[in-house]
Amino acid sequence: MSARLLVTALVDPGSTIALSSAQWTALIAIARAEQLIGSLAYRLDGLALPEPVENIMAAARASAEQQRLRALWEAEMARRALAPLAVPVVLLKGTAFVAAGLDAGVGRSIGDLDILVPRARIDEAEAALLGAGWERIKADAYDDAYYRRWMHELPPLIHVERDRMIDVHHTILPPTARPKPDAARMIAERIELGNGLAILSPADIVIHAAAHLFADGDLAGGLRNLWDIDRLCREFGERDEGSYLRLVEEAYAAKLGPHVLRALRLTHHLYATPVPAYHQAFRLAVELTPSDRLFLHRLLARDAWGRPIRSVTRFGFYVRSHALRMPPHLLARHLAIKWWKSRRSA
Amino acid sequence: MRHNLALQVGDVGFRVGSAWRAPIAALRALYAGYPEPAIAEFTVRLEPERPLRRWVRPSIAIAGDYTLPEAAPLALAHGLLAAEMGMNLQMALGHRRHLLLHAAALERDGKALLLSGVSGAGKSTLAALLGERGWRFMGDEFALIDLTDGRAHAFPRAVSLKNESVAVMAREAKPDRFGPELRNTPKGTIRHLRPRGDAIARMREPAPPALLLFPRFGETEAVRLLGSAEVFVRLTQASTNYVALGEPGFAALSRLVRGVPARAIDYSDTKSAIALVERLWRELAA
Repeated sequence: MSARLLVTALVDPGSTIALSSAQWTALIAIARAEQLIGSLAYRLDGLALPEPVENIMAAARASAEQQRLRALWEAEMARRALAPLAVPVVLLKGTAFVAAGLDAGVGRSIGDLDILVPRARIDEAEAALLGAGWERIKADAYDDAYYRRWMHELPPLIHVERDRMIDVHHTILPPTARPKPDAARMIAERIELGNGLAILSPADIVIHAAAHLFADGDLAGGLRNLWDIDRLCREFGERDEGSYLRLVEEAYAAKLGPHVLRALRLTHHLYATPVPAYHQAFRLAVELTPSDRLFLHRLLARDAWGRPIRSVTRFGFYVRSHALRMPPHLLARHLAIKWWKSRRSA
Repeated sequence: MRHNLALQVGDVGFRVGSAWRAPIAALRALYAGYPEPAIAEFTVRLEPERPLRRWVRPSIAIAGDYTLPEAAPLALAHGLLAAEMGMNLQMALGHRRHLLLHAAALERDGKALLLSGVSGAGKSTLAALLGERGWRFMGDEFALIDLTDGRAHAFPRAVSLKNESVAVMAREAKPDRFGPELRNTPKGTIRHLRPRGDAIARMREPAPPALLLFPRFGETEAVRLLGSAEVFVRLTQASTNYVALGEPGFAALSRLVRGVPARAIDYSDTKSAIALVERLWRELAA
């Protein structure tokens, strides 16, 4: 048993007709654990489902719709706070999907608001948000300094009344990571939504999702991330036949070519993302590589109770996530400070 | 998980899995006669806090579909309490099909009485007592308000009796309906009481709320009329999902506050409390 059950239900909702009661229970637990219950609920919408499942899915759709409204409202609040600065405000991740009405936003769970602003204006942006009711939550001076020195975003801020977090990014990967995407170009090529907010270009949205998954993190929530990428690629590919070529071209320019190609191989394998068979001088190979199999092993690591399994693989990716973020000497220093602080507070 | 049990409580199906046999055996005995859902809406997992804690000084971490990262682990001897807390946690964090009120509920003549109050206000004991004296027990923890028609749905899990209430209820119900006494839990001494058979048999029958009381134990007897604004604010605080539901939650709560008479009641002993509830029910709801 693995999270393959969830993947199959998302790709082929009609196949759920054959599920046993025990498999339904497992599917629901796994979908919740991977934060894909809302996406699944929309995929199953309109099918004849067992009554308890239909009740759960109807509630999941209502909950996703509520999250969508709250996310849009939160984006509008940020827009109002930042409007006096006349600075581009680019929505990222789930909020961008729902604000632009993309398929990837259908049923998506959305937590924090993520925005991208030009690095040169980030201090002004922070001051404007602090003036509009957001507050710092990282009280610890080291953590605060760590964010400002080594991260691609400000320490998270939380709104005092609405209790919602905002992550203000100045680029899409920590400055210590090896790939150095050009945030200024991404902001320059943004797509205005006409309401004072913007999203990244189609290629950059996918690049950001792939970078977030494979160059910055331990693959937690990976199935949802790849589901985003599948939905995005399908929609952009239908609109524009050249979208994959532009995506790969931009990805290599951002030194994220291998990350995007891995994302395409894995979404093709898991979610049957249609990748066009180009017959030019280069082709997108969708055959899995040996290392892809390790990624799959990690992505599908859930049992029927929704529990994380395959702890060795999980730990491996956890270690990798730190190695990706920081060169070894910096990592050693960071862990030493964290250890010393934890001893002092104990 | 090897040790597991599926339980239907009102409209909600749970599956509880455990790394140990004992909590499931205790749960099965306490919940004898409850239906078993084919498909569980929520999964609760009772897991070792760390791998070693399965065997050495076993301690239970409460997990499931929804988990609080900072929840304190419980001793294996308190497995029943862990299962109860695990089920409550799923409801509090994950339930979106109804407006969830932290309230006890009882039914008579097809209408529901809701008792809302902070922990320690005595609503569990009062609800358990009324449930033995002519009322159908609908739950001592959560009342589930339908988002479209406003009816209260039952959530009749076993009553969680604390400290002095254990002795009060021991005089009312037969011993075979009680779970084991759990001493030295974070909430004091706890003993669970299985509701009467009618409460279990009719658990899927909702009832429109007809009276809303805010009981408070330990004061001299008093009844206070509450303005609708105060009732509304008290109930938003008593709801775990009012904010998450958004507009449908606001509509359901507004309808409840506008349509149902509400009183705050103070009482010093359970006997007079029951008389007071009966009087208010006659005057306001019947």
